[in-house]
Amino acid sequence: MHAQWNDRESLIHPASAPDYLREEQLRALQLQRLRAITRHAYDHQRLFRERMDERGVAPEDIQTLEDVRKLPFTQKTDLRDTYPYGLFAVPMNEVVRLHASSGTTGKPIVVAYTDEDIEVWKEVMVRTFACAGLHSGDIIQNAYGYGLFTGGLGAHYGAEALGATVIPISGGNSERQIMVMRDFGSTAICSTPSYFLHLIEYAESMGIDFNDLPLRVGVFGAEPWSDEMREYIEGKTGIKAIDIYGLSEIIGPGVASACEAQEGLHIFEDHFLFEIVHPVTDEPMPDGEEGELIITTLSKKAMPVMRYRTHDITSIIPEKCACGRTIRRIQRIARRSDDMFIIRGVNVFPSQVEAALLKVEETLPHYQIVLTRSGGMDQMEVQVEVTAETFTDTVRGVEAVHKQLSDAIAHILGIRVKLTLVEPNTIERSMGKAKRVIDNRKS
Amino acid sequence: MKLKQLSVFLENKPGRLRELCALLAENNINIVTLSLADTEQFGILRLIVKEHDKAKALLEENGFVAKLTEVLAVEVPDQPGGLSKILEIEEESGVSVEYMYAFTIKSGENAVLLFRFDDMDKAVAALQKANLSILSSADLHQRAEG
Repeated sequence: MHAQWNDRESLIHPASAPDYLREEQLRALQLQRLRAITRHAYDHQRLFRERMDERGVAPEDIQTLEDVRKLPFTQKTDLRDTYPYGLFAVPMNEVVRLHASSGTTGKPIVVAYTDEDIEVWKEVMVRTFACAGLHSGDIIQNAYGYGLFTGGLGAHYGAEALGATVIPISGGNSERQIMVMRDFGSTAICSTPSYFLHLIEYAESMGIDFNDLPLRVGVFGAEPWSDEMREYIEGKTGIKAIDIYGLSEIIGPGVASACEAQEGLHIFEDHFLFEIVHPVTDEPMPDGEEGELIITTLSKKAMPVMRYRTHDITSIIPEKCACGRTIRRIQRIARRSDDMFIIRGVNVFPSQVEAALLKVEETLPHYQIVLTRSGGMDQMEVQVEVTAETFTDTVRGVEAVHKQLSDAIAHILGIRVKLTLVEPNTIERSMGKAKRVIDNRKS
Repeated sequence: MKLKQLSVFLENKPGRLRELCALLAENNINIVTLSLADTEQFGILRLIVKEHDKAKALLEENGFVAKLTEVLAVEVPDQPGGLSKILEIEEESGVSVEYMYAFTIKSGENAVLLFRFDDMDKAVAALQKANLSILSSADLHQRAEG
């Protein structure tokens, strides 16, 4: 037993040490960092300082970890309203990198990193990969998009820091993905789960069986997926499918990650303080009970984000994990507290669909969004009622209207979704507020 | 000269066409002729009925999107070359067919061709110049009723 324990210990990457901290050490570290970041944000973020002053709270009032509840929340709109640089807390010459989220409602959200922030990001990504059972010697095919999206570069830097070999293939070009996977002998892939599903189908069409390839781990994130889908991927390909969680607003990928035990996601608690609150009353929820996830960045200097309302619903798993890590876990994110949903990695609000329809038609047509889940992935269909104004009596005319609507939605969302023209009065009218989203997903 | 045609948007789902036909039947509206253009997603039903205004109101009351459009009815002998001749005339005057359909008249030797052209006025002028018989609404229904 002793020898085994030593063996395992020797396999732990030095960056993963915080995953095994004793509870009191971890809490002390969190408190020390919370106090420092509160001070830093107060001194350098005008919005945060104004809100603190309004509440009559000073950085010195943070004496315990529970005192985080005295701090004001940060909403996604705060990041948008201060576009582009309004929340930066260091001078520009200390910012070494910018990323931006896929502008969902018009303006994107810009996030900044200092040199030190990049080091933290690398570290949490190393810990993510270590959670996935990867180490030096692995060949990681990084199929997250490189660019403004945090996924590509986040995973890239982490994989290099882990000591693995990175293939910076980025997203798309499925044939080349499969060819590289086979010829380069990739042992792991990073992508969205939906893209990997596509690759499974593509490989089949090329007559290639994933079970014959060296690939053994998939690091999947950037969109919600189900346990059923994980089982499907694992059963079909023989790889281990690891769920990772992250948000551009917080750092990108590397906020939490499932480990090889695959029961919930470990939070990298020394850098991110998690709270679970009631989505309406904001009261803290006890461990094990569902609520909205609130995240405070404990280390990020360029753009600290205090008490960020993620709108993601989850719960803390207080029990110790079989993997031996002492950092706590959250349940897989299954749903959200607002009406936002994620399709193929893109955040979608029903209001965006409405805005798109209004660009084409003068008055808002009756419409609804139907969400379904097929093969574990969320799919979206927009149904729009045809009106006397939009109906022309030629096929060409109706198809032109269809294309106009479909293009307008694709333009605003950044992804193309299914659009169906339906007859008048086929969409159910409700008293009061229209029910715009029909959710047929089974969670 | 021009006839009123009733166009209806139909979702591509089972039973929809039957429901529409049943509605017209219940209200004693006879369909002289019709054509159905279909795509994967939807269909457009084009109908010639005598009481088009009544039919349109009825359909709208019952939740259909209906529209009146103008078409031309041309009577030709029911023999080879009848349609070809018309198309030739229109092609020469630079008019294109958007869609068309045809039916033969009861106990007659003539066929009636229904056209929607991209330039209806120009199409009428060309047909008249060639002395072709363009049916009025009254002509058409008289012939349809035999």
